[in-house]
Amino acid sequence: MLPLQIAYRFLRSSLGQTISIVLGISVGVSVQVFIGSLIGGLQDSLVQTTIGNSSQITIVQEENITEYQSIREDIINIDGVETVAYALDIPGSIIIDEDSTPILLRGFDLELSEDIYELQEKLVEGKYPSELNEIAIGIDMFEELSLSVGDTVTIDIPLVGSEIVTISGVYDFNVAQINTLWIISDLNTVQTMLGVPGEISKIEMQVGDVFEAANIASLVYEQVGAEYEVTNWIDQNQELLSGLQAQGSSSLMIQVFVTISVVLGISSVLAITVIQKSKQIGILKAVGIKDRTASFIFLSQGFLLGILGAIGGVLLGLLLTYMFTTFAVDPDGNPVVPLLIEPTFIMISAFVAIISASIASIIPARKSSKVSIIEVIKNG
Amino acid sequence: MDNIIQVNNVDKIYGKTIKTQVLFDLNIGFEKESFNSIIGQSGSGKSTLLNIIGTLDTPTNGEVFIAGKSTKNMTKNQLAELRGKTLGFIFQFHYLLPEFTAIENVLMPLRINGGKISKEQLGRAHELMDFVGLTEVKDNLANNMSGGQQQRVAIARALMNNPEIILADEPTGNLDSDTTETVYELLRDINKKFKTTFIIITHDRRIAEKADRIIEIKDGRINLDIKKNI
Repeated sequence: MLPLQIAYRFLRSSLGQTISIVLGISVGVSVQVFIGSLIGGLQDSLVQTTIGNSSQITIVQEENITEYQSIREDIINIDGVETVAYALDIPGSIIIDEDSTPILLRGFDLELSEDIYELQEKLVEGKYPSELNEIAIGIDMFEELSLSVGDTVTIDIPLVGSEIVTISGVYDFNVAQINTLWIISDLNTVQTMLGVPGEISKIEMQVGDVFEAANIASLVYEQVGAEYEVTNWIDQNQELLSGLQAQGSSSLMIQVFVTISVVLGISSVLAITVIQKSKQIGILKAVGIKDRTASFIFLSQGFLLGILGAIGGVLLGLLLTYMFTTFAVDPDGNPVVPLLIEPTFIMISAFVAIISASIASIIPARKSSKVSIIEVIKNG
Repeated sequence: MDNIIQVNNVDKIYGKTIKTQVLFDLNIGFEKESFNSIIGQSGSGKSTLLNIIGTLDTPTNGEVFIAGKSTKNMTKNQLAELRGKTLGFIFQFHYLLPEFTAIENVLMPLRINGGKISKEQLGRAHELMDFVGLTEVKDNLANNMSGGQQQRVAIARALMNNPEIILADEPTGNLDSDTTETVYELLRDINKKFKTTFIIITHDRRIAEKADRIIEIKDGRINLDIKKNI
């Protein structure tokens, strides 16, 4: 306790110097917090836009799948699997006035697929199919073909035939590829159209941690057996993954260098303090303080500076983050990059600052034990 | 009477390439509860002797016994403990911690030794402050006091651990003559009241003459050693 108290008094007595070093640490920590939140947010939004509303692990078979109910029950309990839905997909075309446009007809269990695709959020007009032979159509195709809700169109499925369906709603996935291709219907309609009651073509699922998708996929594979093919988004988006990883490691690099500069800063300032306070250390030694306790004074200084710097840094970092999300906005008023504020990450940053400040004070602390009483007394 | 301090054959040589010998084969003992003064010109080696006795400096040759124990082979920690418990120091430039108040400075040796301060000990610190006449200013930061006040704080601090020996190097060196008188009276009172052994370096012969024993150091050797009969 005594070293801590002396450290506190030392810090307080040279307040200006203390404030500047605390500010130094704070800036370092705030950069960490800000960069961390920025890159975390970037990754998150990238993941969200790319794979957030899509199947992250997919099970298919050469034939249609009939056992899908029991498979779903088996894999829903696998650790990391969040939602499981299924669909019956078939390519075809939509025929309007002799013109044929390619489509992918997707038969969803709309309730289950909602969890993956957030369909309701994407509905822009009408409603999703609820009756037989109703479909929802993508906004791009809807506008291109000048359709309206309630219109009837012909869908042609090769080798099966044509069916007349009613447009019940319009969706917008914000992805042109989907908006011009998918025709969403319910499972029953597609099964009836194809004459395959009780069959689906793929099981789709989402996982909790998208970066774990490959591992979870292999658990799923073990569960369902070799007659099924299990794919995951990582296999199909290797580039995205390496992009994300590069982002992650560049963020780590920045943080490491910021930490190093914080450590160097503290250690050099504390080294100066040892010289400034060598008279006091001499006095303390003359009245019986042991070298170890004297060293603890400087370790405590580092520790206290670390704590103050960490608190200041977290506050400053949050302020920076707040300013960024308030002022760096697109024309709609949304932040250019949505930031991800992760309490654990911030705690780690603060903790790293405290630890590194303490470590930075080791050299000055060792130096303090070399202060010679006689030198101090002689030099008055 | 027993010698509480015994200096045997002490040499002190400074420098490695150019050697300057400051003390030459010094032998001297100090009796328990005695009040001694050391005089000598500057550069005579008197401060070096005092620092060696106080274990702040080490002799090149020879040995120092404090309360019967040789300090020669003590570790740095043992020496720190010895200083904390047996020795009290008063320097010319008082050397208080400017970051602490007067009373906190007085309590510092105690906190270094033991940590927690008991009610009795706190009471003693206040008594000492009264004793040195600083009742009014004991909560002032050390820097907000006059030179004489600071010196008296340093004296109270030296007394706090009830040391058997107090070593003072020109304790009144930068004080005016009235204050000098007060401080000396105080030291004598302490010597009588607490039975503390004193070794005081001074350049002031009038002051030196008030001691029980006057030792003059000249060119690193004892030139004069007068004991007064009390």
